[in-house]
Amino acid sequence: MENKSKESSKIPPTVDQKIKRRNFISFGVFFAASTGAIAGWEWLLKSPKEKFGITGGTRVPLRRALNKTELFFRNFFSNNHLVKTYPAEMAAKQVRINSLIGIEEDLHFDPQKWKLSVLIKNGESLNINLEEIKSLPKTEIIYDFKCVEGWDQIQHWGGVKLSDFLNHFKLDEEIKKQYMGLQTPNGKYYIGLEMQSALHPQTLLAYEMNGKPLANEHGAPLRLIIPVKYGIKNLKRIGTMSFSNSRPKDYWAEHGYDYYSGL
Amino acid sequence: MRWTHWVNFPVLLIMIWSGLFIYWANDAYGISIFGFSLFKFFPKWFYDYFHISRRLAEGMAFHFLFMWVFFINGLLYIGYTILSGAWRELLPKRGSFKEAWQVLLHDLHIRTTLPPQKKYNAAQRIAYTAIILMGFGSVFTGLAIYKPVQFYWICWLCGGYHVARILHFAFTIGYVLFFVIHVLQVVLAGWNNFRSVVSGFEVVETAIETEQEIAVENSQTNNSDGKQI
Repeated sequence: MENKSKESSKIPPTVDQKIKRRNFISFGVFFAASTGAIAGWEWLLKSPKEKFGITGGTRVPLRRALNKTELFFRNFFSNNHLVKTYPAEMAAKQVRINSLIGIEEDLHFDPQKWKLSVLIKNGESLNINLEEIKSLPKTEIIYDFKCVEGWDQIQHWGGVKLSDFLNHFKLDEEIKKQYMGLQTPNGKYYIGLEMQSALHPQTLLAYEMNGKPLANEHGAPLRLIIPVKYGIKNLKRIGTMSFSNSRPKDYWAEHGYDYYSGL
Repeated sequence: MRWTHWVNFPVLLIMIWSGLFIYWANDAYGISIFGFSLFKFFPKWFYDYFHISRRLAEGMAFHFLFMWVFFINGLLYIGYTILSGAWRELLPKRGSFKEAWQVLLHDLHIRTTLPPQKKYNAAQRIAYTAIILMGFGSVFTGLAIYKPVQFYWICWLCGGYHVARILHFAFTIGYVLFFVIHVLQVVLAGWNNFRSVVSGFEVVETAIETEQEIAVENSQTNNSDGKQI
């Protein structure tokens, strides 16, 4: 309507012409934008696969988005944010076994000979047996264990707080590193954690489930229970613990999952 | 406002698509009586047809990228609606619920007269406000499921992890139902209406057919949106 006065010196376009012109422009822009959107989508679907390394199994832009999203949501992490706990009666009696990767191949695993090996500086390692770990203050937690697949279950675990363990063995230098890596004794399953989550007050090295020593299929003799992460990070049967400033290798991050997988 | 509408369409589609990948990994919802499954969301043929199985990691990666687009687009829409004053055309008014019932009866050809309306009728006001609230609900319940420990208070407000997950799922079903009715209404409303959603203006033909007039309906409400059904 405003155009009418401006163009009065020339032959004013008829109303019909104006309608046509505006429609032409609008639909032109609309189709251009749609084409752009489809092209963008095609590009994303066919974008290069990420180079296999610490992470793998997805496309470069998607991995970049996961990593950036991690950085954003890590701002909200706090040791004061605790997972909800429940009374012991609510804990499941039949605890779900979802995966045995890293422990099922070890048919002749002998828990008596087991020692946790903690890799510290200069290639040295501490080898700690279960009795030493059990002599530390015990912490129990009954909480809703969450799997990345979407299921969850209230479970009852007992063990030593990972932060208590690290303090007891005076791993002060190691705690200053950014990441902790854990592996099964056979090295077939492995995870990485940022130190923040490892030091969370509800993160346990668990040796009991429902008040009894861990069964093999639940990760005997010692496993990780980390409520601020999905189940994929709750490694069964810890063999070695290591510390680094770069991301340790992580089984499911190599298969296209988010490295962080935090809750 | 038109732009956010058209951005939202493919983004929501992607969110539902990638959401199905995630849902597949633990497809728990359905209705069963005495252990007999009467009805389960998504039978096997559905998963097969859309190639949904075993794509959880991929689904999460897409979901957690496009959630940002969905969220930012939603903020832009709400921000624009508030700043432009367009919310006055959208929010239900007193009497809207009663009028909406009359609109429904009219649309179902039970009633012949339509209550007086401006840009949006009462039923539209309710539907379009509801869909915005649902969008907010999806983000809110989504956060509750995504970070139930860090955002424990959101999770608590949603009624816990399970309720949040069910609500998140229900909103999605709601979008699909909305979409079906929405498209049906657009088809019934005709080409001129659809054109206005793209171009932002509407052609009103006056009694004398040769004389047409552009009603740039911004004059009344100061917004550049077309009349939508």
